[in-house]
Amino acid sequence: MRAPRWLDLPPAGAAVLALALFGAILAAAGKHPLQAYYDTATYVLASRQGFTELFVRMGPLVMTALAVAIPARVGLFNVGGEGQLYMGALFATGAALYAPLNGPLLLAATILAGFAGGALWALVPALMRIAGVANEAITTLLLNYVAPLAVAYQIFGPWRSPESSSYPQSHRIAEAARLPSLPTTRVHAGLAIAAACLALCVYVFNRTRWGLEMRAIGANRLAAAHLGLPVRTYLVVAMALGGGAAGLAGMAEVSAIQGRLVSEVSPGYGYMGFLVAWLAAGNVSRIVSMALLFAVISAVGDVLQITQRVPYAVVNILMAAILFSVLCVGPGARRR
Amino acid sequence: MAVPLIEARNILKRFGDLVANEVESFDVRTGEVHALLGENGAGKTTLSKILYGFYRPDAGEIRVAGTNVSFASPADARAAGIGMVFQEFSLVPALSVLDNVALFMPDLPRVPDRRALRVRIATAAKALGLELPLDAPVAALPVAAQQKVEILKQVLAGMRVILLDEPTKVLAPQECSGLFATVASLRAAGYGIVLITHKLHEALAAADRISVMRKGRMTATLAARAATREALLAVMFEGSPPQSAAAPAAQAIGAPLLQLDRVSTSGGAHATPLQGIDLGLREGEILGVAGIAGSGQRELGALVAGHERPRRGRKLFRGGDASRWTAGRMRRAGVGFVPENPLEAACVGELSVAENFALGERRYASGLGFNWTRVHDDAEAAFARLGVARPSLNAPVRTLSGGNVQRVVMARELGRAPRLVVAIYPTRGLDARSAQAVRDALRARASEGAAVLLMSEELEELFELADRVVVLRSGMLAGEFSRGSYSIEAVGAAMVQSDARTALA
Repeated sequence: MRAPRWLDLPPAGAAVLALALFGAILAAAGKHPLQAYYDTATYVLASRQGFTELFVRMGPLVMTALAVAIPARVGLFNVGGEGQLYMGALFATGAALYAPLNGPLLLAATILAGFAGGALWALVPALMRIAGVANEAITTLLLNYVAPLAVAYQIFGPWRSPESSSYPQSHRIAEAARLPSLPTTRVHAGLAIAAACLALCVYVFNRTRWGLEMRAIGANRLAAAHLGLPVRTYLVVAMALGGGAAGLAGMAEVSAIQGRLVSEVSPGYGYMGFLVAWLAAGNVSRIVSMALLFAVISAVGDVLQITQRVPYAVVNILMAAILFSVLCVGPGARRR
Repeated sequence: MAVPLIEARNILKRFGDLVANEVESFDVRTGEVHALLGENGAGKTTLSKILYGFYRPDAGEIRVAGTNVSFASPADARAAGIGMVFQEFSLVPALSVLDNVALFMPDLPRVPDRRALRVRIATAAKALGLELPLDAPVAALPVAAQQKVEILKQVLAGMRVILLDEPTKVLAPQECSGLFATVASLRAAGYGIVLITHKLHEALAAADRISVMRKGRMTATLAARAATREALLAVMFEGSPPQSAAAPAAQAIGAPLLQLDRVSTSGGAHATPLQGIDLGLREGEILGVAGIAGSGQRELGALVAGHERPRRGRKLFRGGDASRWTAGRMRRAGVGFVPENPLEAACVGELSVAENFALGERRYASGLGFNWTRVHDDAEAAFARLGVARPSLNAPVRTLSGGNVQRVVMARELGRAPRLVVAIYPTRGLDARSAQAVRDALRARASEGAAVLLMSEELEELFELADRVVVLRSGMLAGEFSRGSYSIEAVGAAMVQSDARTALA
């Protein structure tokens, strides 16, 4: 009997290799790798804040991974999760600040606007792709650099709050537009949304006609078209749904964590989500374990920033070490 | 007896569990044409690729002029004087014949003396009776001449043994005699020729010895003089050559079903645009389409099936204008599509046989999913009707053999009881028995009132099945023949000649 697939982690060999590589780099920089790993373990496992923080981060990581996995099902590359997340945050803030609604309706409008922002941002590359103008892998990536500028425009300009003159941010959104959190933690309802979206994807991919047709299109677009499947519709819708997933992640950052639009909505969740989806290798349920892994990595960054006085960007080195190790000793290593 | 130029002994080659080759002995002698005859998938190509160093045998030995060799790559084989001409030529289209030949010469000096080269190449060409315009770019030559350039390349590169892989496949019938004349002069000049073919008459006409392969084994090697058609058929098919189930019955030809009205298409990167095609197809009629490869057969099939749309002109289906219909709409209106490359164009290798049956079929919908019981029942019925063995319905199509993939597509497309079947080279790659099953199924479907648009590279197959044969040349209709006026010569002439006025008047 095999363990369920969502429990799959990268093989132990890859993890050891990655930790050794990263440790060597820390040591070369004059830091103490063993102390660093010890600090991380105590923070993540033994402190309430460190432990719950994993679940705060898993939500957006699952959503941005879905942003990649849904289009990947029909054979499209969505590298634009980060930009779509920013647009989701932007649209959600707009709805939360200005929609003439109250109570749960305002929250619903905020959530929908977040989805719509991400979806629209993904729609542009999708339409360019089916029109044969430009490849979506390029356009989604480039739009990542545009979306934060749109956010910056709003928080430096029309939506700027007078509360802080030095720090650009929007007005605070109404309490009714806030996603609920667990008391005394930062764990919020975005995690439940992520779990629901993931479960929905698993169901649609594995049990429905749409799932089979998406697989057919992803595996052999020509044959799918010859069999009369609406290939272009699928490409556009899958991309928009993926963008919408990333948009929901951005919405949750604004609505649950920040309570307003800020310039740094995400510490690179969109890029990490791409790696999560890639390591899950087309197996949607494995996104759970991979998102947990990347939540830990990002916690490592937080800890090392404080204890070893290294910039947060060292997590990029750790991510690279893990990718490299999985490529070397992972299950697919020999085939590649 | 002289030592053979090349000799293979006790060759064993496996691909996974499949024994692709188990050959005790095969050799080619000086001044000999040795035909390697067998059905598609019999192992001819595998054996020739072993001789050419493309595959390493798992066991056995290869001797060149009596010496044991071990080829790590085709370069080693070429260094030992073993050359091969593939079905896809390896020529640089923009360069001249002279340059193409020169580029392949292993002893080409860094700074060639072009005049000396020209004399050398022209002399060799003349000795073999190859009349080639040495300065013309290869792209400007007809396929038959390009093939001669390939052969000339082998000769000037110092090859002593030349393997020809299905050389007549790309030629029109009357071009074959030119090829065989070249083969005869190579033989007279002392070269050893391996002629790989699945056509009996070619082996009988051109070869000194004929080796027959079946299922990876060498079943017989005979002197061509002593061989007869019947004897070879018996060896090829284990004593029971495939026979058509029924002589072509006089089918009731019904109402017009499909009408192409001066249709042109724009073509594409690798497509031959259709130009002003006027064509009608009636219920119960089998319309054969002949033409040398790349004359627009594929494009015609794609147009009728709705994969491409006309740029000019109209396509009428059952009286209505179907010019703008999508592939899905044509399918739902009753068009079945059997392409030559089913794994690329008609099914999804990653999905199972049953899933491939269900794709795009609204009648199997059940809730958000499928009624799999119904899919399985229908699939089983479809295979039973086609009269072929059914592969496991849960196996991914990718894991099936090429013939089985074709059977899956055939069963699915005919199982939908189509009004019109577009079949593009449907028997290519099938063994004789499966090919006959496909032909019988197409005919049975026509006798039930469906129209069939059949592309084939075998004129015999078209003549056997079709009520009418049209010829495509460079995307245009170049001739039309009705049953009774079929002849290889006349149809072949329409396939190539630019002034063929055969039956167009």
